[in-house]
Formats: sequence, C-alpha cells, structure tokens
Amino acid sequence: MLTKRIIPCLDIKEGRTVKGVNFVELRDAGDPVELAKIYSDEGADELVFLDITATVDKRKTLAELVTKVAKAINIPFTVGGGISTVEDVKVLLNAGADKISINSSAVKNPQIINEMAAEFGSQCIVVAIDTRNVDGIDFVHTHGGRKATLLKTQEWAQEVCDRGAGEILLTSMDHDGTKSGFSNELLAEISSALSIPVIASGGAGTMGHFKDVFTFGKADAALAASIFHFKEIGIPELKRYLSDSEISIRK
Amino acid sequence: MKIAVIKYNSGNVQSVLYALERLGANAELTDDPEVIRAADKVIFPGQGEASTAMRYLKERKLDTLIKDLKQPFLGVCLGLQLLCEHSEENDTECLGVFPVKVKRFVPENSQEFKVPHVGWNELENLADIPLLKDLPAEPFVYYVHSFYAELSDLTIAQTHYIHDFSAMLHRDNYYAIQAHPEKSGLVGEKLLSNFLSI
Repeated sequence: MLTKRIIPCLDIKEGRTVKGVNFVELRDAGDPVELAKIYSDEGADELVFLDITATVDKRKTLAELVTKVAKAINIPFTVGGGISTVEDVKVLLNAGADKISINSSAVKNPQIINEMAAEFGSQCIVVAIDTRNVDGIDFVHTHGGRKATLLKTQEWAQEVCDRGAGEILLTSMDHDGTKSGFSNELLAEISSALSIPVIASGGAGTMGHFKDVFTFGKADAALAASIFHFKEIGIPELKRYLSDSEISIRK
Repeated sequence: MKIAVIKYNSGNVQSVLYALERLGANAELTDDPEVIRAADKVIFPGQGEASTAMRYLKERKLDTLIKDLKQPFLGVCLGLQLLCEHSEENDTECLGVFPVKVKRFVPENSQEFKVPHVGWNELENLADIPLLKDLPAEPFVYYVHSFYAELSDLTIAQTHYIHDFSAMLHRDNYYAIQAHPEKSGLVGEKLLSNFLSI
C-alpha cells in the first residue's frame, strides 16, 4: 500500500541552514548536508530545501550544495526558491535534485509550468502555492505570503495540475507558524478535486495534527520545519504514532 | 569490477552513479558499445518518455546491443519498461527482453488513487533469488511512475497500487526494478549491493 510521506523542510541561505536547529548530534548546526543525513537516517520520506538567497550570483552555491546532498543521502529531495527558468531547473536537476518547486514565477508566467513539464517530465515539477483566506475566500499569495493575487486558490491548483505539475505543495499562510493544525478543509477540497498528490504545509504542532491532515485533510504528504528542527516531535515517534493510528506509513 | 551505466537521453542518471559511489563501486557512464560489452555489470537507468528513449537507443544501435548482453544487467524505472515488449506510452514497441506489456494506471476512483504513483510502497511476494536476499521484513521502495508492467511468470516481486503489478522482473541475466533503488534508503542500497554481488 502506498504510504503517506513525512517531509522535513530546510531553509537555506548561501548554502547554510537558516532556521535555528536543536540537534545535539550536529557538529555544525548550519550544515544542511549533515542535517539532511540525520533526517534521512531517522526515516524522513523526502526532504525539501528552500533557498531564500535572493541574489543570482549565489545560485552557484545552491547547485554545489545540491550535489553534496545528492551524494550524501539516499532518499528523494526537492529544491525550491527563486527558480524561474527552464535553465534554472536543468542546472539543479543535473546537480542531483530529484524535483524542483516553483512558486511566484509560476503565478507570474503560468506557461513556464507547461515548458518545464514538457522538458523534464511532470514527476519533477512541484508547484508551491501559498494561500491565505480573505473574507472567506482563499486567494493565492506570493512573495512569502505578503503579496495578494486575484487568483482563487482552488482554481489555481486546478490550473497548475492541468498545465502539467506533478505535485502541489500547499502552504496555508493562515496556519503557518501557529502550530494549531493544518488547513484540513481547504486541503481536502483541493486534494479531492485533483488527480495529482498534494503536500500539506503550515500549522503542524502535534502528532495528532499529522493524523488529521492525512485523514480529514486527505493529504498525500505533510511538510514541517521548526517542530522537527527543534525536536518538538521526532520523526521515529511520529511514524510510530501514525502507524498505531492506522495511517499507512513507511517503517 | 567494471560497471557500465548506459548513457542515453534519460533524466537523473547522476543519482544512480552517486548511489554506486556510496557503495564504494566505481561506475562509468557510457554509450560506447565496447565498454558496455566488456563490463562485468550493466545498469540501464531511466526516467522520461518511452518512445523518445527507444528512438534514441535505435539510432545508436544500443537496442540490439542491450539484447545481446550476457553479463548481469539491471534495468531501473523506465529501464524496466523499455525491456518489456510494448508500452502503452505513445504505443511504443520496446526491446522485448521480457514478453510483458506495459500499461497506464487507470484509477477507478481519482480521489483515492492518483497518477503518477508517487511515494514509498512495498515489495511483496519476493522470489527466493540472490538479488532479493536479506531484505528487511517490509521492504519499502520509492516509486514515481504512471505506467506499470503487468504481472507475469517473470515477476520476482510485486507491488499493489490500484491493483498488483510487476515491481521487479527477471529472465536469464536480465533483472529490472520499477522503483528507484538509488532513492530507496537502505532497502535500495541492499538491492544494488546484491546486484553487484551476482
């Protein structure tokens, strides 16, 4: 049976992890490769690296990091942040990334999804959608959730699917950082409507939240950052809990 | 030991090379027929679209070469599908090493089953052969695919998604796996090291 995936997310700036991490095992708390290796050994099903470096000349550092990660770990990983062209994707895939994720650039130029999917295959194109509820309607936001667009989240999700995205990473800005649970209602609506997998993000605080997002939220995978980095929840205990809760999980 | 990884227009070959490197094996990425023929082991990775890949192999006469090889040969992902007889992906005649048909997943219920089949799923009903020895009790492997090989007499492991399909096939010196062993954690590592020991 296909299992639900648990995905830690690492924020990267100039080749180093940004958000504070709380791992006593780490010799170098800012080394993404070392952290990736620990998560992989602990049973993470996939990893996401989100590059928040703004400048173009730092992109080379990212490609070098991707190669180091690809050499070190034996589970799939996605790289996102600032990717806007087919050439950007080519560089990162050749460096060893399994998938890339695009966000603002897809909103700006939706056709780029078709072009990337045609060139590299849908399986490696993840479209990240940041959503926020405004007066009862879910709207797509860009630039880390700061900038509102006129795109309705449900419609945009359907469009990126039709354009050839392989997976959707849906982050609820209303839930992100609150530790009050995922945006299960919206996730369930989108996951049920689409033929591609949906990765839920934003709001994880307890192990029960993961159970809820896989049952009520109908998510195919769940992503979280700080609760893993600060060891509020360990991946092995989370997986045991989900397995005991009758959720299909890789042991 | 010389390991040849067949170079063609397929994506993400690098991961296979890195996985072999982690096992301490030295592999060469090559489309040189002499190098491939002389290798002790041949790995045929793959990611992409079947008809484009077959056209590329034919243009370089790699199709006849692959069918003639005598050393242990491992097809991975699209590599498994190309070793079959025919694929529904753009109605493609494939290499025919395995007399098996490749079909597209058709979910009866799109809410429950999405296509592609992405993520970790279990190898079941394993054959008692050296390639599959000493795997953990519930061997999970990482899949990304929209097409699958039907069950056959040559199936040496199966996986269930929508229905059972051939997770692995084997005939003579040819072995193939639909999942990505290079991305399948310790299970994948064990499968690759078993293959290198055949």
